[in-house]
Amino acid sequence: MNTAADTAAPIAVHLHAARLSYRGAVIFEDLDLDLPAGRITCLLGPSGVGKTSLLRLIAGLTDNEGGDGGDGGDGGNGGGGTLPPGTAVDQAGRAVQDRVAYMAQQDLLLPWASVLGNVLLGPRLRGEDRDPEIVQRARGLIAQVGLKGREEDLPARLSGGMRQRVALARTLAENRPIVLMDEPFSALDAITRFALQELAARLLAERTVLLVTHDPLEALRLGHRITVMAGSPARLETALDVLDDVGGADELPAPPRDPGNANVLARQADLLKRLARARENVLDLT
Amino acid sequence: MNLLRGAVIFLGLLAVWQALVSLTGVESFILPGPLAVARALASRWSLLAENAGVTILEILLGLACGSLLGAASALLIAAFRPARQWLLPVLVVSQAIPVFALAPLLVLWFGYGLASKVAMATLIIYFPVTAAFYDGLKRTEPGWLDLARTMGGSRLAVLRVIRIPAALPALASGLRVATAVAPIGAVVGEWVGSSAGLGYMMLHANARLQIDVMFAALFVLAAFAVLLYFAVDRLLRLALPWQSEET
Repeated sequence: MNTAADTAAPIAVHLHAARLSYRGAVIFEDLDLDLPAGRITCLLGPSGVGKTSLLRLIAGLTDNEGGDGGDGGDGGNGGGGTLPPGTAVDQAGRAVQDRVAYMAQQDLLLPWASVLGNVLLGPRLRGEDRDPEIVQRARGLIAQVGLKGREEDLPARLSGGMRQRVALARTLAENRPIVLMDEPFSALDAITRFALQELAARLLAERTVLLVTHDPLEALRLGHRITVMAGSPARLETALDVLDDVGGADELPAPPRDPGNANVLARQADLLKRLARARENVLDLT
Repeated sequence: MNLLRGAVIFLGLLAVWQALVSLTGVESFILPGPLAVARALASRWSLLAENAGVTILEILLGLACGSLLGAASALLIAAFRPARQWLLPVLVVSQAIPVFALAPLLVLWFGYGLASKVAMATLIIYFPVTAAFYDGLKRTEPGWLDLARTMGGSRLAVLRVIRIPAALPALASGLRVATAVAPIGAVVGEWVGSSAGLGYMMLHANARLQIDVMFAALFVLAAFAVLLYFAVDRLLRLALPWQSEET
């Protein structure tokens, strides 16, 4: 796997006709999602609507149930073999799940491994952790997340914010073009979260990111595109689309945005109302 | 502080024991006082030490065999589905057989010497170790497995890098149980048929109404069992310094 080439060109992700159910109840079906290449897409929505399921589907951690009869449109099969419809693919129609790095709400650090050992988890699993270049890169990432000098510490000696920074370094050590993050900062206090959002936005530049969050302000600080997921079965709608880093007509600066920016605050109010409506819709149906 | 409290409890119990014997005037072949036991301990010291050596060797060998076999079985069952499907039911059913009932058979098969006692201790240890370690291997944090899946690790690499280290605290509790029951296996083996060891000495003394010697042997056995448990517990704590935060 030539990791250098993987990051060279950002790749877009397309999900077409995805379907998922849980205990007979359809969570979503015939769902389409596009993640623009090299940009951060934030996925907002009431809890329980299926945001995590959607993210896990793209990561290949949950099997898609879409179109098992084989009549689900073109099925998104491209270069090689036929992929089941509802598989996340890139521009060329190839499955993306082996080019994905995953970061969860819990830091998922191995308690017996040092900070460096945890950042090198992926290389270790693939038998690449003896490569001095990879170790050097991991040390560099640890320094970038501000933990230089703590390489040999066990996770138990770190604060919650530090642990999540190790998790961020571990995610970046995978050097994958696509990064899927499931509420990565929600377990942190407000100040730590603020600092970490800034750091993540900087370090994730040029990667295609899907960030699941329940915090509208977080979405507005970090997202080039904000998608709201609501309803049962769930639908997606785009609430914000600023693909150019320069604000343009929308007058929004490039992420990470200042939470004090008047336009960010105004949009936060809109987004909150929209989310409140979305939650009512879910409640109506249950 | 803990050591002091332990000493006070120990001496207090001895005092109560001695008082009971002195006040009731119970015959020494029913219940000898601690002073009589101490005298037996001193006068028979070389004999006790010789037999204790045999029993300790049986316990340590049984502990080593049972732990290794148990850990290996748990790994096999966790790693290979056919092993799980064929071996696990056999293991569970085998536990319905009381191990003590096998002791005469083991003596018949392995003789009066060391081997039958080691086999007995091994048998009694094997299942707790297997069950504890397998349980640990089965209960890997699902988030870690998700992470490993996105990282593209092979099944064997995930077992080596994540599942086995994660199951070590469970294995450690299995080993603690094993350490506590291993002396039972060795002594029961000696009772059924042997020519040396603390269990043999106790049977012999019992037949000759030398109850003070019996108590002396029991004391040596208990002292070694307690020391062994604390030593193993300490070693396991040193080997897994991160687990205190986890449990």
